[in-house]
Amino acid sequence: MNPFSSDTRLRDMIRAIRACKTAAEERGVVRKECAAIRASIDANDQHYRHRNMSKLMFIHMLGYPTHFGQMECLKLISSPGFPEKRIGYLGLMLLVDERQEVLMLVTNSLKQDLNHTNQYIVGLALCALGNICSAEMARDLAPEVERLLQFRDPNIRKKAAICSLRIIKKVPDLAENFVNPATALLREKHHGVLITGVQLCTELCKISSEALEHIRKKCTEGLVRTLKDLANSPYSPEYDIAGITDPFLHIKLLRLLRALGEGDADASDSMNDILAQVASKTESNKVAGNAILYECVQTIMSIEDNGGLRVLAINILGRFLSNRDNNIRYVALNMLMKAVSADTQAVQRHRATILECVKDSDASIRKRALELVYILVNEANVKPLTKELVDYLEVSDQDFREDLTTKICSIVSKFSHEKIWYIDQMLKLLSKAGNFLKDEVWHALIVVISNASNLHGYTVRALYKAFQTSTEEETFVRVAMWCLGEYGDLLINNVEMLDIEDPITVTESDAVDVVEHALKRHSSDLTTKEMALVALLKLSSRFPSCTERIREIIIQYKGNLVLELQQRSIEFNSIIAKHQNISSTLVERMPVLDEATFNARRAGSLPDAVSTPTGPSVNLPNGAVKSVAPLLDLLDLSADDTPAPSSSGGDFLNDLIGVDPSVVSQQPGAIHTSKNSTDVLLDLLSIGSPSAPIESLPVQRNSSTIDILSPSTSKREPISSLDDLSSVSLSSRAPSNTGAASMTDLLDGFASGPPASENNGLVYPPITAFESSSLRLTFNLSKQPGSPQTTNVQATFMNLSSNAYTDFVFQAAVPKFLQLLLDPASGNTLPANGKGSITQNLKVTNSQHGKKSLVMRIRITYKINGEDKLEEGQITNFPRDL
Amino acid sequence: MIRFILLQNRQGKTRLAKYYVPLEDSEKHKVEYEVHRLVVNRDPKYTNFVEFRTHKIIYRRYAGLFFSLCVDITDNELAYLECIHLFVEILDHFFSNVCELDLVFNFHKVYLILDEFILAGELQETSKKAIIERMGELEKLE
Repeated sequence: MNPFSSDTRLRDMIRAIRACKTAAEERGVVRKECAAIRASIDANDQHYRHRNMSKLMFIHMLGYPTHFGQMECLKLISSPGFPEKRIGYLGLMLLVDERQEVLMLVTNSLKQDLNHTNQYIVGLALCALGNICSAEMARDLAPEVERLLQFRDPNIRKKAAICSLRIIKKVPDLAENFVNPATALLREKHHGVLITGVQLCTELCKISSEALEHIRKKCTEGLVRTLKDLANSPYSPEYDIAGITDPFLHIKLLRLLRALGEGDADASDSMNDILAQVASKTESNKVAGNAILYECVQTIMSIEDNGGLRVLAINILGRFLSNRDNNIRYVALNMLMKAVSADTQAVQRHRATILECVKDSDASIRKRALELVYILVNEANVKPLTKELVDYLEVSDQDFREDLTTKICSIVSKFSHEKIWYIDQMLKLLSKAGNFLKDEVWHALIVVISNASNLHGYTVRALYKAFQTSTEEETFVRVAMWCLGEYGDLLINNVEMLDIEDPITVTESDAVDVVEHALKRHSSDLTTKEMALVALLKLSSRFPSCTERIREIIIQYKGNLVLELQQRSIEFNSIIAKHQNISSTLVERMPVLDEATFNARRAGSLPDAVSTPTGPSVNLPNGAVKSVAPLLDLLDLSADDTPAPSSSGGDFLNDLIGVDPSVVSQQPGAIHTSKNSTDVLLDLLSIGSPSAPIESLPVQRNSSTIDILSPSTSKREPISSLDDLSSVSLSSRAPSNTGAASMTDLLDGFASGPPASENNGLVYPPITAFESSSLRLTFNLSKQPGSPQTTNVQATFMNLSSNAYTDFVFQAAVPKFLQLLLDPASGNTLPANGKGSITQNLKVTNSQHGKKSLVMRIRITYKINGEDKLEEGQITNFPRDL
Repeated sequence: MIRFILLQNRQGKTRLAKYYVPLEDSEKHKVEYEVHRLVVNRDPKYTNFVEFRTHKIIYRRYAGLFFSLCVDITDNELAYLECIHLFVEILDHFFSNVCELDLVFNFHKVYLILDEFILAGELQETSKKAIIERMGELEKLE
């Protein structure tokens, strides 16, 4: 026999473990015990097998490995006595799960024990089978279990019923064998057998539609009667819980009735009365009663419609909602959520109570209630609901705020027809919890503000007022900066006053104070500071009296470590100081942002592009990026469509880089430049927009234009003047990427511009790449000087059919020797009959240039009236030398 | 269906762990740790239901012991709450005034009681009397 401790009793081992002061000490004791048990196992010590197993189970529960005991379980199970078998099966259930191979070995013992003459041993085997049955075991032992469903002792019948349940869960094919014995169980009087039989039938209904049909036909009436008897049964101490006889059986019966009534009017009809009785008569002052009511409500809502019952059900939920017990309120909210689709009106009646639940201290109740409120919002109640929620936002938990803010925001956006209300709510939301909101939310707000031309004054005044009290939220400050820059003049004169407003007195210098504050607050991030600087520039011309002060503020940033701020500071300073005459035109109010384009782009932009560009770090070569960052989008939106305000547009640019305008005007093509340079200026003023286009311009012009732009009139070679240009302070990024290659890079984004055709000799005639009865795709091909391998392709799609296409997506694939870069398309809807087009730029790099020509496979998907269409093709008609 | 039943004390020591779905040992330990974390610090005023992964935990505290059931999302929470209470009553009756130590030293009996009450994650018997009587019969066979 083992020398040290295999003969310690279980009780002593537990004591020893409990006496341990540290985890290390405990590990020591357990290690010693495990060693002793192993030794005892190795010695095949029959006497202590029982005790060893008990100890192993305890050790297992503490979380130590006990796999070495698994075979011992099997030995115990196969021993003849009840106590050994009992501990063996217990060990089996704890130490082994259905995925382990040891289980294969146990099937035979189980089979023998299921056929054992001792009904207690049969009980043990059924219990083990129920808890760890695998699919193979289910197949092997199903006949035994099926037979045991008719066993004389109810204790065996109920265990067999649950084993059957487990078996059909593992192997649904076996379900049909169990239908008849299972329905027989429903006629039992013994509660244990009845409740297990009901559960088995519920599972059968779930698995097999034939079983469902059968049970529905044969048993519905019987079940209704059983439930009625149960509900009317007198006090029975054995099953009584809080004055109700066996609430568990109630619940399981209701659940089975639900399965039977769902989708069947007759069955539903036959259970109406008893449901009405349960719903109206059950005591609701205890958990047990409420559990039944809750189940009953679920059944009523699931079975075929009966208006009266549903009203009753919703009223029960309403009562639940005002219960003091959080658990009850929680289930009520859960249930209302499901009921809302069936009967919104009935749920609406409890709106006020639900709203109170949003303010509950329990997070799970709040969450449920908020979701429910969100569903309940409609045109009629959106205003008071939003007000309540926004008010609550102020006092809500920090953890809950994010959820709450997002939900309010989507409510407000969903019902945004009334602009003034939308703006009001969004401003409130931003000033209270703006940091929880995504960038696109405030981008969208700015688009709306820009479009609501009669509310500009109102908005800027509201922002000014709100700014006095709250500057915590970054996004709020950004919106304030944008609006102050654009509409600052409306602020001081109380222009476009609405009736509901109180007039305020703001001086020009007050407005500048606000911007200065935003610029200098520590928490402002780069984007906000950039926006503040732009706002200052704009205000400098709107408020002539403050110009000097603004210049002083701006000039403080001329040595800023952040390049973008430094650059803006110096540029803006020079605009204010040297070009007063043009600055008012320069900083004109932005044209109205196009909502449709914004929404389309927002929908189309990739999710990962949602973050705000943070100044210089976004040093993206134009066009090489897959999706344009939305902020850039937002403020540039209409830049492309802006008609040149005047021919002096060209002068701005030249002014800006310090060239004598007169020289320009003498040059042919100068007028032509004006449109583009205006765009460039808008670009320049937009936040975070790399000033790349400025550099790219000259390259698109002929060399003569380049000459003009260089500070000294052209006495040098064109190339050197290019270098010259890039060394002008303006193009801060240029020095890092000089040379022709970088210039071509910058050109990419401009492939669509008219000057593209001027690229001498590098433009090819357009080809029709693909044409079907419904769609034409043309490619405009061009190359950049200096990189013969790369071809820029501008794809133009034309709809030849009479239906508009939506969700238009173009995809292309190329062989390995080619490299393909796809820019975002100009849109995703294509109007009918060729009335519009989508363009998309591609860049193809041919690594085998001169040896192989381009080839491309394309795939185009779109929808016509919601129906998916797909077109595919191969393009081989590229010019040979690409 | 009940996925697992845990009985833990305030320190997170597991006093009973019954799994009706197969889990690796390491996963079981993780589950026990997470469930303990979830329930132990919850305000008693809050609901007795906590979402746990794709299921929910229904728990009830008796003195320093937490009884937690992990059930399907669609299950009746209130019924399981009552179920825990019935189990505690059975234990209380069986050990006559149960305390944590009873459960520690007689853990195997607790498992046996549970096996008479719940099988394969489903309710098997709802009568306290029937279970206690059955336990008495089984004890006699030992």
